Amino acid sequence: MSRSIRQIHLAAHFPGVNSTTVWTDPTAGSQIDFASFEHFAATAERGLFDYVFLAEGLRLREHKGRIHELDVLGRPNTLSILAAVAAITEHVGVVGTLNTTFNEPYELARELATLDHLSGGRAGWNAVTSSDAFHGANFRRGGYLNHADRYERAREFAQLAKELWESWPVDGVRADAATGVFLDDGVPAGVRHSGPQFDVDALFDVPRSPQGRPVIVQAGDSADGRTFGAEHAEVIFSLHQEFEDAREFYDDVKGRLAQYGRGEDSLKILPAATFAIGDTEEEAKERSREIALQQVRPEVALTYVEQVWGRDLSGYDPDGPLPDVDPDTGSETARGWANRHAAVRARIAKLRELSEAEGLSIRELVIRLTAQHTFVGTPAHIATEIDRYVQERATDGFTIVGHLTPHGLDEFAERVVPLLQERGSYRQSYEQGATLRDLLGLPALQTARAQSAPALAAR
Amino acid sequence: MTEQVHIAIAFERAGWHPAAWRESTARPNELTSPAYWRDLLRTADDSGVALATIEDALSLTDRFEPLEGLRRDRVRGRLDAVLIASFVAPLTRRIGLVPTVTTAHPEPFHVATGIQTLDFASRGRAGVRLVAGASAAERANFGRRAAGVDGIPASGRVEDSPEIIAAFREAGEFADVLSRLWDSWQDDAIIRDAATGRFLDADRVHNIEFEGEFFSITGASIVPRSPQGRPLLTVLAHQTVPYRLAAAHADLVFTTPHEAGGRPGFELDGIRAELDAAADELRTGDERLRVYADLVVLIEDTGAAARSALARLDEWDGAPLTSDARIVVGTPGDVADVVRELAAAGVDGVRLRPARQPADVVAITEKLVPLLRSTRTLREDDGAGTLRARLDLARPESRYVREKVAL
Repeated sequence: MSRSIRQIHLAAHFPGVNSTTVWTDPTAGSQIDFASFEHFAATAERGLFDYVFLAEGLRLREHKGRIHELDVLGRPNTLSILAAVAAITEHVGVVGTLNTTFNEPYELARELATLDHLSGGRAGWNAVTSSDAFHGANFRRGGYLNHADRYERAREFAQLAKELWESWPVDGVRADAATGVFLDDGVPAGVRHSGPQFDVDALFDVPRSPQGRPVIVQAGDSADGRTFGAEHAEVIFSLHQEFEDAREFYDDVKGRLAQYGRGEDSLKILPAATFAIGDTEEEAKERSREIALQQVRPEVALTYVEQVWGRDLSGYDPDGPLPDVDPDTGSETARGWANRHAAVRARIAKLRELSEAEGLSIRELVIRLTAQHTFVGTPAHIATEIDRYVQERATDGFTIVGHLTPHGLDEFAERVVPLLQERGSYRQSYEQGATLRDLLGLPALQTARAQSAPALAAR
Repeated sequence: MTEQVHIAIAFERAGWHPAAWRESTARPNELTSPAYWRDLLRTADDSGVALATIEDALSLTDRFEPLEGLRRDRVRGRLDAVLIASFVAPLTRRIGLVPTVTTAHPEPFHVATGIQTLDFASRGRAGVRLVAGASAAERANFGRRAAGVDGIPASGRVEDSPEIIAAFREAGEFADVLSRLWDSWQDDAIIRDAATGRFLDADRVHNIEFEGEFFSITGASIVPRSPQGRPLLTVLAHQTVPYRLAAAHADLVFTTPHEAGGRPGFELDGIRAELDAAADELRTGDERLRVYADLVVLIEDTGAAARSALARLDEWDGAPLTSDARIVVGTPGDVADVVRELAAAGVDGVRLRPARQPADVVAITEKLVPLLRSTRTLREDDGAGTLRARLDLARPESRYVREKVAL
């Protein structure tokens, strides 16, 4: 009665700009020098991760009308750094966040196909949307999309990108020197697309890439986001870390797959997870507390509530109670801060309720909200927990987020990964020549080899 | 004293001869493979070539090539040049990496940060070559613009085409935005001041607030100031309008001089006079515009072998090779003579366009470069760390530092 053990999938998130990344630690290094990416990628590969993952920067965050000063700011261009990382790695996937709002499908599709070629089939794309004028101000067309249209554009964008990627058959380059035929007639197929967002008559100029197309990752959590994910995504990077919540999300999204003719394995859900490791449970808790205090320094805590309230609260004591003033909802425009759009007053009411119930100061409240580590404990405890989430179908694995650049994953790779291997739920080595789709255990693209042969023969 | 030049290589898929992919030494099934680009760029890097440019276009067809009756006996398809350069950056040590970028469709913000990131990944060896305008095929791929440049006007003069003039104005804005974004972080913007909790000093990072005819860009770069401060900005120019773009915005211009009595209007002296006049009028920086001469080269050990190789390629293609640049077919010594002649005439460098890849790249690195070295025609690498330093270009200070000093 051998029940097959579900395999754990892990992604390694290179810390972006946020208060998670502790820069004040004496061992914190550069977030931009290439040596940091070399170290990080090597650690991810040593830990046999499925992929390294990078967020995207489209504008520097601002606070109270100035460029934000407190957290790590400044990062590389996602595509360029992933291409460089592909050169120094052999197995690990390279996945980046790239916006559907401030890119054009033809250009982004060729860049992603290029990345898939250069990495030998290890590319992935976290497709995200944006609708705000703050980021739009750095781009030709500005903040031209309203909220409702952004998923419309994302859907049309993904559809068009897939058509472009699949417009070259497998082995579409004939390159027959003897006869002088480089391409057969009809290769690539023309892509005619006319929709509300895009109207193109395109001939794609990148031959079919090793994976056919990059793995599509998605992070949106709204109803629209979940629908887009169920239709197009192959990985979902979710924020649902707590077990029951994670399982609910997992059931909901996986339950939507059937209506698109997709099986459970065609989509992996990898929530973000932070961690604090200790030799004992006590030590791990202390470590978690230390990290949280570094992450949420007093000035960072005040910034957090200022962002929620939309006003200057610099006179308040971070170790005191929440401000007793009303928010300035008129100025609640995003200034590069993710997840701050929610109905402000309802949010503040909830914050007050929580802080009163538990007697939390501003700083303790912010720690409670942003710096609770997903996994705290000994390596054995963390390995057991991760395995439990996966075996009990709350997730397919995790996107691991360390708190230090570039060494934040080292301890996880050295101490937790071997225990996952011992449990039989994590790979012992990379398979030679595996694509990212192979590493993730995703089904091969149905459109690939099956279609190409007759298509070529017919011409 | 012998005049010395830097050597650059212009990489283009299987080479600059349209039939080059049919050579027995070609690797036509690997043109989109990582190994192909790694091998080529490492070969160039090891030899002492100063910089590599990488061609690109946003269409399956060549720039003004009609789609009807698309020739299928030529190489089709390519990879994005910025990403090829980024990929080879950690795999090379000294060579400058200069991908081609079209200015009509890509976002200047993405290009600026992509090239800065290339500068970090290469540890100070990044550049970019800007190409103005979009062809009809590119416009159809993007679907954003109906009108645009469809070819060189019948007169042959780009100034007779309002569309081309507009495309170059846009390219000028694009170049301006790149350098402003590259300047937007001062070198010392990251302060990591644990006492006050400030990671950076907002007074040393500047939103560029650019308002132009073609686009407006508000913010600062997301990338801190890169090793070279400003990566190398280059253009290829053949006529007055692009000469003026180069004079106003570029560090380095690739030109196409022909031999005396060759193509009228393309004598080196005339080109330089026009560039100098444009620079006097338009150039604001302290640095002299560096001028490189382009040559298409096909190299064999004997002149007869080279001529016969060309004849074979021409026959395959069905027409004699033509190019905007002078074509030199012969021995390493023949090419070296032309390079020396250009060096004596005062160019800063010569960019070689190999007719065949990898064959002519190998000939350049194994035969030509050693020959130029032995005659002291090659500007030797003095151990300079960055591309700018290698080309004797100062590392520019951010304009925002200068503005502050001026106040």
